[in-house]
Amino acid sequence: MVTLTAPEALETAATAEAPTVVDLADAPVRGLNQDLHHAVDGQSWTVTHPGGKHSLAVGINADVNVTIEGHAGYYAAGMHQKGTVTVNGNAGVGLAENIMSGTVHVTGDASQSAAATGHGGLVVIDGNAGARCGISMKGVDIVVGGNIGHMSAFMAQAGRLVVCGDAGDALGDSIYEARIYVKGTVASLGADCIEKPLRDEHLAELAELLSTAGRTDNPADFKRYGSARNLYHFHVDNSTAY
Amino acid sequence: MTITSIPAPAQRPAAAPANIAELGLRESATFDRATIADIQRAAATGVYDIRGWGAKRKVPHFDDLLFLGASMSRYPLEGYREKCDTDVVLGDRHASRPLHLQTPVTIAGMSFGALSANAKEALGRGASEVGTSTTTGDGGMTPEERGQSKHLVYQYLPSRYGMNPDDLRKADAIEIVLGQGAKPGGGGMLLGQKITERVAGMRTLPVGIDQRSASRHPDWTGPDDLEIKIGELREITGWKTPIYVKIGASRPYYDTALAVKSGADVVVVDGMQGGTAATQQVFIENVGIPTLAAIPQAVQALQELGVHRKVQLIVSGGIRTGADVAKAMALGADAVAIGTAALIALGDNDPRYAAEYAGLGSAAGFYDDFQDGRDPAGITTQDPELSSRLDPVAAGKRLANYLRVLTMEAQTIARACGKSHLHNLEPEDLVALTIEASAMARVPLAGTSWIPGVQGSF
Amino acid sequence: MCGIAALQLRNPSLHPRMGSLLSSMLCQIVDRGPDSAGLAVYNTPGLVSPGTSTLSLLGKDQGITTADITSGVAALLPADAAAAVRVVGDTTLVSAAVGTDLLAKAVTETVPGATIIGRGEHVAVMKSVGHPMEIAAEHGLEAMAGSQGLSHTRMATESAVTAGGSHPFSVADDLCLVHNGSFSNHATVRRELKREGVVFDSENDTEVGARYVASRLKQGDTLEEALVNLGKVLDGFYTLVVTTADSMAVVRDPIACKPAIIAETDDYVAMASEYRALAALPGIDNARIFEPEPGKVYTWSL
Repeated sequence: MVTLTAPEALETAATAEAPTVVDLADAPVRGLNQDLHHAVDGQSWTVTHPGGKHSLAVGINADVNVTIEGHAGYYAAGMHQKGTVTVNGNAGVGLAENIMSGTVHVTGDASQSAAATGHGGLVVIDGNAGARCGISMKGVDIVVGGNIGHMSAFMAQAGRLVVCGDAGDALGDSIYEARIYVKGTVASLGADCIEKPLRDEHLAELAELLSTAGRTDNPADFKRYGSARNLYHFHVDNSTAY
Repeated sequence: MTITSIPAPAQRPAAAPANIAELGLRESATFDRATIADIQRAAATGVYDIRGWGAKRKVPHFDDLLFLGASMSRYPLEGYREKCDTDVVLGDRHASRPLHLQTPVTIAGMSFGALSANAKEALGRGASEVGTSTTTGDGGMTPEERGQSKHLVYQYLPSRYGMNPDDLRKADAIEIVLGQGAKPGGGGMLLGQKITERVAGMRTLPVGIDQRSASRHPDWTGPDDLEIKIGELREITGWKTPIYVKIGASRPYYDTALAVKSGADVVVVDGMQGGTAATQQVFIENVGIPTLAAIPQAVQALQELGVHRKVQLIVSGGIRTGADVAKAMALGADAVAIGTAALIALGDNDPRYAAEYAGLGSAAGFYDDFQDGRDPAGITTQDPELSSRLDPVAAGKRLANYLRVLTMEAQTIARACGKSHLHNLEPEDLVALTIEASAMARVPLAGTSWIPGVQGSF
Repeated sequence: MCGIAALQLRNPSLHPRMGSLLSSMLCQIVDRGPDSAGLAVYNTPGLVSPGTSTLSLLGKDQGITTADITSGVAALLPADAAAAVRVVGDTTLVSAAVGTDLLAKAVTETVPGATIIGRGEHVAVMKSVGHPMEIAAEHGLEAMAGSQGLSHTRMATESAVTAGGSHPFSVADDLCLVHNGSFSNHATVRRELKREGVVFDSENDTEVGARYVASRLKQGDTLEEALVNLGKVLDGFYTLVVTTADSMAVVRDPIACKPAIIAETDDYVAMASEYRALAALPGIDNARIFEPEPGKVYTWSL
């Protein structure tokens, strides 16, 4: 039996499934973020014409799905907490900075300080990441398909950084307890960062990270880097390192 | 005073004779006894000296300024009867939810980690009781301080220890820290003694290590990028929360102007007397400029941009009395922040712990080894036994008393100058006692119309 | 502290669009420097012409009429120099078929108060205080053709907000330099250059960089060598773009905090502080886009 409310209900259900399209060519970023902050779990957005604008999809705290069709500026998906943000393009400085949880995926390159200070969640960059990738990371997992720039994982405290290409100079300088896996070459290691044996548990976690990031690289091709822990306590013998 | 303690000598040297001059001994002004001790300590340990507090050297300060009370040409207000308001609104330039404080004396940023949980709670209690704000530090926001603080300013620091969007949204204001007066251009430091399990957990660090924090923010450098960063923080907090930018005073004219151009609602300028929990002594004593010299430069920048009193200026570094508060405001500040003085109000350097200070090689009134975590007063420590000595309720009460005294003292002076609100104090209400203070504060030498370097003559 | 946009057009068929492309880049970096702006355009018909030197003078009001400048300058030059004066927006351009040194001498004598902000056979430099897009509009950037263009928006750090303090700094023939960042030992380098006889127009740290590069080029360095040497002498934070008659170079300091992004196609090389300035360029989707490595000098020649 047909009721009067049925078509409306169907329409609502359909709206919930189809992503809301926001065209940033003629809508402000403020409106997009405001809507995202009032989102409920399960909603989806497609953002078109991002044009490298800053602070896109920042502070998301609901299990939503946001797809940005194009290049994003600084701090895309900054302080991300829940759900997934996908940038089909490049991302500017500070991609997913201070991410807490959830997933941020960039299909192109990311500029410097990608996933800086991230506390958790997963950041996947299919292309290259610039300098200072994972700087002061505090638990985030980062998987980079290409290369990363210099001073990456500087003062990295916790979490895992996987690099399928090469790493720039001073990788892992002053690193704490974060773990770094690099498949290609490392231009140079930073102070207190050393190569470490790749044991079974590392192969296992690497395999899981690669697979979560949708990659088919062989974990056995990677090398592991971490802290020598010589700088954990001030000591006169290390004075040239400070 | 050291991060690596020197083994105590087997025998203490004999005390110096009562009257050194009688023996014909002459102390070097260049190599005085403290300097000699510093060299000996450096030679013994090979590590620089680290300590707390701000600059201890004597610099031109508020003491070198005097107010011109009203008499014939101007009329004073009656104390206790005629109103002299003290409230201040902070951050109404761009934020829809500015802070409205009952007194312009705020509590400066000090971290849980540097301070005990009880000390943080006491700061929150004291500040809330008088309607002012308190500030987190490098290490995140604790539930205790959020719970006890009516107005809580959340610091955004290079390390981002404990930074998370939930706390960001809980904050009443966000303070982006570029530097502090004790160490403009320097990073943070917290030695292993204070990296307890809870502190380490909040900062995602291994327990007991000597923690260093970065001197630059990880994802922006310079005002053009800061403007974008401020934009992000505003987007995350829905343009509700005021955003402060805190700078250590070194080039405050330029830095204040750039903070304004970057979009700050409030600029915080911390002079070299501003305290720290642990920094190299050489840094504390030799980098930065005195608070007195910083204020007119910051105010000039605000005035030139047409935003004085619209972008508020908070000044810190060596505020001790209501006179200091009034002088800072007369020079153009909208509010002040206290750190060291607040700790003293809580019970820091209390003579009742004289014996224990002596045991640490210090004395009440001199104790600055905040990095060691052995504070007998239970304030700059994470030791459970020591921390438990500080009753947060009683200490909070002491702080509230002190804040009230500062406010009433400032009011007393403002009324004497004929002002019905503290913010109506102006530089013309002041004169300087010394040429140095006159030049720095840009107020005339008392009895003259002369401001060195500005205009006028004897 | 600033925004930079630079464009070198490899494909001559794009030359007529130089101004409109640079204008679209500029409008995306305005936020990075709302105080003042500067532009340098190369081989722009109507502004410069081959075989002729052109000097760019700061400001349109030189205190005397353009006719008086023309006749004053002409009187000091050979008869066939064909001196001409033109006001474009807020900039005065003086041209003549003589070397730039001779022309500069004649201009300084005729208009003693004038500040020369650009010089050479190929480049015209325009600077002003105010909103960069208004400055671009006043100068008619949109309609300008050319082979290369460089624009800069400034958030003044330590020196004054004046047109003279704006970038680019053009201190040798056809040489322009723009900077994002701040040099930390420019006062020392300035003193050394002064001792060698170099004269400065402003208190700006970037001018020191420009004068240093000019000095090295004069001593025989290639552009690349000059920038490598700059890295050894000048300390601090910088992203620099340097252009000459036929080249463009980009270099970042070894720490490389200040942003820079480059897009390269067969048709052009473009550099900007932020990606959004590149977003509207033709064929950007297939461009090679990368961030310059720290301490590495990149050069492209036409």
